[in-house]
Amino acid sequence: MADFDPQPVALITPEGLPVDHPPFDVTLSSEELTELYEWMVVTRAVDAEFVNLQRQGQLALYPSCRGQEAAQVGCAAALRRDDWLFPQYRELGLFLMRGIPASAVGAVWRGTWHGGWGFPEHACAAMSIPIGTHALHAVGAAMAAPRLGEDSVTVAFIGDGATSEGDVHEALNFAAVKAAPCVFYIQNNQWAISVPLSEQTRAPSLAHKAVGYGMPGVRVDGNDVLACWAVTEQAAARARSGGGPTLIEAVTYRLAPHTTSDDPTRYRTQDEVDHWERLDPLPRYRRYLTHRGLWHEEVEDRARDRAARMCAELRDGVFDAPDVPPSELFAHVLHEPTKDLLEQSGQLLAELSRKE
Amino acid sequence: MAATMVEAINTALREAMAEDERVVVFGQDVARQGGVFRVTEGLAERFGPQRCFDTPLAESAIVGVALGMAMRGLRPVPEIQFDGFTYPALDQIVSHLAKYRNRTRGQLSVPVTLRVPSFGGIGAVEHHSESTETFWAHTAGLRVVTPATAADAHALLRQSIDCDDPVIFLEPKRRYWQSGDATAEVPTAGLGQALVRRSGTDVTVVAYGGTVGTALDAAETARREYGWELEVVDLRSLAPLDFPAIAASVSRTGRCVVLHEGPRTLGLGAEIAARVQEELFWDLEAPVLRVTGFDTPYPPARWEKAWLPGVDRLLDSIDRSFGYSHD
Ligand SMILES: Cc1ncc(C[n+]2csc(CCOP(=O)(O)OP(=O)(O)O)c2C)c(N)n1
Ligand SMILES: [Mg+2]
Repeated sequence: MADFDPQPVALITPEGLPVDHPPFDVTLSSEELTELYEWMVVTRAVDAEFVNLQRQGQLALYPSCRGQEAAQVGCAAALRRDDWLFPQYRELGLFLMRGIPASAVGAVWRGTWHGGWGFPEHACAAMSIPIGTHALHAVGAAMAAPRLGEDSVTVAFIGDGATSEGDVHEALNFAAVKAAPCVFYIQNNQWAISVPLSEQTRAPSLAHKAVGYGMPGVRVDGNDVLACWAVTEQAAARARSGGGPTLIEAVTYRLAPHTTSDDPTRYRTQDEVDHWERLDPLPRYRRYLTHRGLWHEEVEDRARDRAARMCAELRDGVFDAPDVPPSELFAHVLHEPTKDLLEQSGQLLAELSRKE
Repeated sequence: MAATMVEAINTALREAMAEDERVVVFGQDVARQGGVFRVTEGLAERFGPQRCFDTPLAESAIVGVALGMAMRGLRPVPEIQFDGFTYPALDQIVSHLAKYRNRTRGQLSVPVTLRVPSFGGIGAVEHHSESTETFWAHTAGLRVVTPATAADAHALLRQSIDCDDPVIFLEPKRRYWQSGDATAEVPTAGLGQALVRRSGTDVTVVAYGGTVGTALDAAETARREYGWELEVVDLRSLAPLDFPAIAASVSRTGRCVVLHEGPRTLGLGAEIAARVQEELFWDLEAPVLRVTGFDTPYPPARWEKAWLPGVDRLLDSIDRSFGYSHD
């Protein structure tokens, strides 16, 4: 097993200059490089629109991913469309890149339907609110792939807080023992609601834990989109070729409150937030592209147009959106509703029609 | 002193911690943040990190560690942040917390009071509105307690912490912000006892937690609109069940409707209906009826008001109960 390197992999300095970090390298075309930037801009804009819609009373709740765009976009861009994703709930960047409409994500936060709409058709599991539980599903899905004759890879997205759950421990161990083609991608955004990383673990880093499971662990600068791309690409290639799982710790920061209901001033200082604002992944990558001569107004305009279209799709899809027919509450309990369920559905419909 | 249920529970914790050094409070976000509902606000500041602390994000650990502390003589009052997140701790609760006394022939008590913000009605996302009481009530060795009012939350929590049995303390979130008199002399009762919240002669409505308020609202409407007098029994303790209190009421009214928001199948209503017909068959004017949530997962927030049993669904059943007669 390779020696563990505690220094986060970075391919862009905070000033936006390229830097080497062998053996990690980026093999992306100019178009692909600007595409990453566009997705980061789009993610931030759509995320802000979600927060707006919550403020307007259209959504019950929303967990913003502001600050984590590079970690999400870099990772998703390194995967194939048939690689399965097992998200927690804060992964807007992934969802959008996979082609899941923002409004389908909004269905969860509006309270229209649990788990969102149409995620599986994009090789993405439903969001998982019970923390850490889905890491096990990812292992199973990964183990299914070779049995189905596929060479797809499965990625579990977990938070720093999630690493404390028993299920995550079991998932890491199981995946290692079975050499499952699975990547565990931790977005270490430093906080689990009000609990800081220092109260989740005394390990020198989350990536260190990989050693104990017998798999490679990689720490990556989660605010460096290219580094996130490169480590994911390597981990996915390794898994795809039968080399087993990898644990990636993307070191980043949740710039926003935990959710729209949270008041972070109760537990963290403005100084800390300001520090991380200065490490914002968006301007950093823009500086890099500028340095490479790849950034120009056109890129920005294209990103803004795409963001505007997605924000419009989100608004149209959730603003005063109709509720699902109440019969649906009974329709999907089992593969076909029982007589009892149909009767209960009838009871609810009768109650509702009397109220009209 | 008027207080919300949140404040009443906070006061109960504060008093118990001040009176007994063995009482410790811990869970996710309970110290630095004072709890996501502010229930544990100020306890870490007042009692220090030995007595009130945040834990890693690990429910099985929270319960298992509490059990170990209790074995050694502490009186832990851990919190699980939401009903739906007790499930990762199911093994610790069912295999150990519930059975330790029995397995040690009574040598060891594990007086853990596990507080769980519970039930629906606040428009939350999935896994945050579960009715878990049946799982615990079905598990021998646990007490299951749920308050309906701020004052009772205070009284019941103090009694639970004092009790030598493990207690699953289910706090109805939708009553968290309702005010009541937390300290005045209100009729209260011991742990394990039910209370009649409103006397009536026609139908006994058995309710608990968040549905007691619904039953009382329905009783008001029933009197005003139909001239029916409902008697509302607040169970307070779901396990053990204060069956004598239910029986005393039903033998007077001859009719019984059980109200709870969890699904109907094998809910607490099933147990109560079975007991009533076993023991009060000749007193009954009508079958025992259940007014409950549906046999589906808890619905998305947009449908929860319609899904939850409210005043109308309860009055429908009471009307049905009157439809039965012996002649
Ligand atoms: C099993 C479980 N326990 C508790 C919670 C409540 N909860 C929701 S988010 C959260 C913190 C998660 O932190 P982390 O894994 O770091 O993800 P982040 O929110 O920072 O993205 C907690 C405790 C939950 N959803 N599931
Ligand atoms: Mg986190």
